[in-house]
Amino acid sequence: MDYVLAALVGCFVALGVYLLLSRSLIRMLLGVVILGNGVNLLIFTAGRLTLQIAPIVPPGLDQPDGAIANPLPQALILTAIVIGFAMFSFLLVLAFRTYQTLDADNTDTMRLAEPVDAPQPPLSY
Amino acid sequence: MAAHDLPPAMIETATLPMAWVVVLPLVLALMGAALLLIVRRSHGLSFVLALVSVLAIIACEITLLLHVFESGPVSMTMAKWLPPFGISFTADAFGASFALAAAVVTLVVLIYAEPEHPSAVGGGSFYALVLLLLAGVTGSFLTGDLFNLYVWFEVLLISSFGLMVLGGRAVQLDGTVKYGFLNFLATTIFLLSLGLLYGLLGTLNMADVMRVAPQANPAAMAGVAALMLLAFGMKAAAFPVNAWLPASYHAPPAAISALMAGLLTKVGIYALLRTLVAVLPATRDVLEPVLIIVAIATLVIGPLGAIAETNLRRALGFIVIGGIGAVMAGIALPNLAGVSGAGLYIFHAMLTMTALYLVAGLIERQTGQSDTRYIGGLYATSAPLSVLFLVLVLAAAGVPPTLGFWPKVQLLQGGLQTGGWIGGLLVTALLVNAVLTLIAGTRLWAHMFWRAAPTPAEATPGEPLPIGRLHWLGSGVLFALIIAAGLWPNPMMEVVRSGAADMLDPARYVSAVGLAEVTP
Repeated sequence: MDYVLAALVGCFVALGVYLLLSRSLIRMLLGVVILGNGVNLLIFTAGRLTLQIAPIVPPGLDQPDGAIANPLPQALILTAIVIGFAMFSFLLVLAFRTYQTLDADNTDTMRLAEPVDAPQPPLSY
Repeated sequence: MAAHDLPPAMIETATLPMAWVVVLPLVLALMGAALLLIVRRSHGLSFVLALVSVLAIIACEITLLLHVFESGPVSMTMAKWLPPFGISFTADAFGASFALAAAVVTLVVLIYAEPEHPSAVGGGSFYALVLLLLAGVTGSFLTGDLFNLYVWFEVLLISSFGLMVLGGRAVQLDGTVKYGFLNFLATTIFLLSLGLLYGLLGTLNMADVMRVAPQANPAAMAGVAALMLLAFGMKAAAFPVNAWLPASYHAPPAAISALMAGLLTKVGIYALLRTLVAVLPATRDVLEPVLIIVAIATLVIGPLGAIAETNLRRALGFIVIGGIGAVMAGIALPNLAGVSGAGLYIFHAMLTMTALYLVAGLIERQTGQSDTRYIGGLYATSAPLSVLFLVLVLAAAGVPPTLGFWPKVQLLQGGLQTGGWIGGLLVTALLVNAVLTLIAGTRLWAHMFWRAAPTPAEATPGEPLPIGRLHWLGSGVLFALIIAAGLWPNPMMEVVRSGAADMLDPARYVSAVGLAEVTP
């Protein structure tokens, strides 16, 4: 099972990188989301996979009876999902505002901050 | 199984009063930000409240720094779980002094930005976002847990996104797209490395990682460290992943870009210093050739970019990149002088780069221009401005009477102690960087201040803005600090040296967290 999930993580990351290499903002956003999900899956797999035994200590005992699922990766992933979602929402709104203001979805045509016609060195020294 | 057979999981003693000071700056910053959101409609009240919060944070951090300097690193673990189960906050001399510098820089920027608000920096959320940014930065400096570091990175990232688009001018949106995507990608790569590290070691507490890392598979650990190098290198704008910085830092108003130039890249490079030198020293040695190449390339390419640039604040962005190279050189030279040079450089860069951007903002106000081709004759118009800019350029290059001189001396000393071709190359690169930075800075100065003012026909008309008293106060305070620290470097030097000793030998750090060191 670990190997299957590892291969899946590889596919997610490859797809994310492929989409991020695109010039279109929307594709880049999708790439960021897929890459983020790949990373979350990686943390989950790195925390070791077990059958579904909830990490709950039975009443009357001080520690669980036998092996349980590792709860820490799940807490880490939950945090990462929340943060990733907030970032994604911000970037989505940013991409929309940029499209409205600059009328550009292609990063090659976004050259306000770095003008294409900037003077070439050497200038006067 | 009976209770007494289990190892203890909770701390049963009361938390020391000193340990609370480690988390108090964060609590104050987060609470201040929340309060500022409530009172965002009143500009005067917001300003006073922000000022009071930052002053309280500074007071806490001075207490913390004095304590850390006297008796070594302090740690507090959340919810009384024994480390490594709880999230630890651990302050050593490096973390505490950088957190203090960050708060001082924030205070200065708040004072400087007050007259510009709200028309120029847009909306009432400016102060809340600044305090959230400070919370993120302070958290990154004081945390003792790698996953928690990721969380603070995201806190400072989202607030810097907000600050960068405040006002919503087209150029800001353009800059933020580049800044946002690349920095979010960098933190995702950091998260990736954390997942792998957790899979290898089963812990993310820094002190615990220091203990168990030597037993792990060295090849896999080197892979994790390489990912961290990429992630933090991107955050710090080290060559070859530096393109986002000059594309975005000049877009927002001067006060905001000063705050970013002072804090954001320094957090990235501090995280690299912390993880590679203190937490994973064995993998740093594996990555050393890469570190040396990256350091030399960043040192040289930064100021060369500044020489070629005509936009004032974009040129300063390249000088910031060159400074990152100096810290990288310190990471590549892991002896006491090298690491303390790197630490001192981060401290110096926080103050100097912020001051440079603030003064650039004053120049832009005075002339209504940001293109150095159309600025001239400022020396006649405003002599104090020319002194400020020239001295700050000298500080950035590392000329003696300023703060910038001391980290360079330490780094050169570290390089000479290392010796061999590694030390020789890095020393040469540091010296070349100093000369190139001097050329770039004095070229800017000569263009803007010395030569005759351009005739109105060749200059595109700009709208000059008045320079208020608070503008002068903000830049003046930083300027005085840079000169004073350059003239009396001893206290700062001793703090940084004790911090560097703790970075190189983590025994005190690990025992402060409450873990015993294991010998493999």
